[in-house]
Amino acid sequence: MSKNDKLGFLNINTSLYQTRISNKFLNRKPYQPADPRIILSFIPGTVFDIMTEPGQNVFQGDDLMILDAMKMKNKLKCPIDGKVKSIAVKKGDKVSKGTVLLELE
Amino acid sequence: MPVNKKIHELREKREKILLGGGEQAIEKQKSMGKRTARERIMALLDENSFNEYDLFVEHEARDFDMDKKSLPSDGVIIGSGTIYGAPVAIFAQDFTVAGGSLGLMHSRKITKIMDHALKMRIPLIGINDSGGARIQEGVNSLAGYGEIFFRNTISSGVIPQLSVILGPCAGGAVYSPALTDFVFVVDKISKMFITGPEVIKTVLGEEISMEDLGGARVHSEITGNAHFFALSEEECFEQIKKLITFIPWNNGQKARMFEPAEPKPEYNINKIVPEDPTLPYDVKDVIRAIVDNSDFFEIMELYAKNIVIGFGRMGGHTTGFVANQPLEMAGVLDVDSSDKAARFIRYCDAFNIPIITLVDLPGYLPGVDQEHAGVIRHGAKVLYAYSEATVPKLTVILRKAYGGGYIAMSSRHLRADFVFAWPSAEIAVMGPEGAANIIFRKEIMSSADPDGMRKQKVEEYKSKFANPYVAASRGYVDAVIEPSETRKFLMHAIEVSENKDVPMPHKKHGLPPF
Repeated sequence: MSKNDKLGFLNINTSLYQTRISNKFLNRKPYQPADPRIILSFIPGTVFDIMTEPGQNVFQGDDLMILDAMKMKNKLKCPIDGKVKSIAVKKGDKVSKGTVLLELE
Repeated sequence: MPVNKKIHELREKREKILLGGGEQAIEKQKSMGKRTARERIMALLDENSFNEYDLFVEHEARDFDMDKKSLPSDGVIIGSGTIYGAPVAIFAQDFTVAGGSLGLMHSRKITKIMDHALKMRIPLIGINDSGGARIQEGVNSLAGYGEIFFRNTISSGVIPQLSVILGPCAGGAVYSPALTDFVFVVDKISKMFITGPEVIKTVLGEEISMEDLGGARVHSEITGNAHFFALSEEECFEQIKKLITFIPWNNGQKARMFEPAEPKPEYNINKIVPEDPTLPYDVKDVIRAIVDNSDFFEIMELYAKNIVIGFGRMGGHTTGFVANQPLEMAGVLDVDSSDKAARFIRYCDAFNIPIITLVDLPGYLPGVDQEHAGVIRHGAKVLYAYSEATVPKLTVILRKAYGGGYIAMSSRHLRADFVFAWPSAEIAVMGPEGAANIIFRKEIMSSADPDGMRKQKVEEYKSKFANPYVAASRGYVDAVIEPSETRKFLMHAIEVSENKDVPMPHKKHGLPPF
């Protein structure tokens, strides 16, 4: 242990421990509850087709988009009844997992 | 004379093949800061100990004009030799020959030496430096990988298997190292990934360098795929040689005994651990204060630093150490540290190496990310590994041992053979603050001065339970010892455990939570 150690505090069961804090812990993403109105890509891929447009009423089970990924055409289905508020991508866009594709209202 | 002529012919043939992919390819290899496959073997093994086999093997591919190409030794060198006198089987892929690509005969050479290592019960060292499958050889190349993975698995726990990544190791090829016991990487030379930067760019449009995707640092610090990180090939070879001195040739033997040596006096065991359980210290100093010559050989030094694992010797016997590290993340157990410790415990158990566990932890790391990453399943690996291990298990509780962490860290309840505790040990269901808040909630809430009352109750709890004597009174701790007595007690425990024999119920295999 050298004098230059950057030490912080970690709270475990209401006791504060003086210690080094890992980058992994510092960079962890704060939890956010899932919002069914926000459609995220569930797999990295390319937007192959978009079958809806802003303002359109959509129903649970409707096809919203096709994502070309892992040599498959993957359909994105609407999880709830609603209205398309905005579409964040266009045909041909490459998206990583968890990218916002579409928002419902 | 005809005999001499034939010997001369052999020499000529050898010399030609020994050049591998030729001078130009060798120059290119060197320009990347890499040694040739043959140089690597020579640097690693004892002088003049290497015997090479299958020098004259040639590939069999006929398609895509491959029949017109000669690939010396088919791009891989195999043989056996010694390291500090210990026999080892070795293969080294030769990047100067067709990029070290793996075709049918290349893989057959590797599996031949693997079979040899298993049959002779000697360690296997694989030096990986390959562009991947030889596409021209199609499914034969895939078959080759599969045959290697199968042998890695069957040999696992029978002979030590070491993988040295000294170049690219991509796609399916990465799974051979992943199945072996220890993976060695070298900064800026080793590259391991399933899908490379080019594929990622094509599919996702994300740009990343090979180094940032799967370089030596990434695998040493982030993924935990690598066990030893070195800055140069030389340093890497020294690490391999040192490891070989600590481990037995196979699971039927014990590691070589060394001349016992006292720890160095600069590690004063009485002065390392602060009394206040919330203050940090480097637990490696405690290990150095008790092992022979203060020589502690750490494994996975850069990954999940909140737990420390590695080898040392106690009175000449190789011993595995598992220690909570209060200096890093307060020494908590979490997903990564559980995984790291559990694998090492199973390694020691497979190869007859006693385990010393040094305990000082506040418990498990709280957090949504931890829970969602499966800390239940990963944490259970530690319980499983300790419970299952039948090698001598010695535990020293240095300071905190709270709650589930106490149980997990080689407690009596998981069949530790000896549990020692220092007078500074606090063996309790949880930390004094948390416990007092729960037990004395009513008194604290109804008090005119809740903060004062809380402090008073915390002190009360501390004096009653934050010590080793409650656990000792139940026999969960065998002896409360002074720090300076630690080495003596541990060495004696190892001596008396020499012939430990624990019958286990018959089973095909257990189902550890992985």
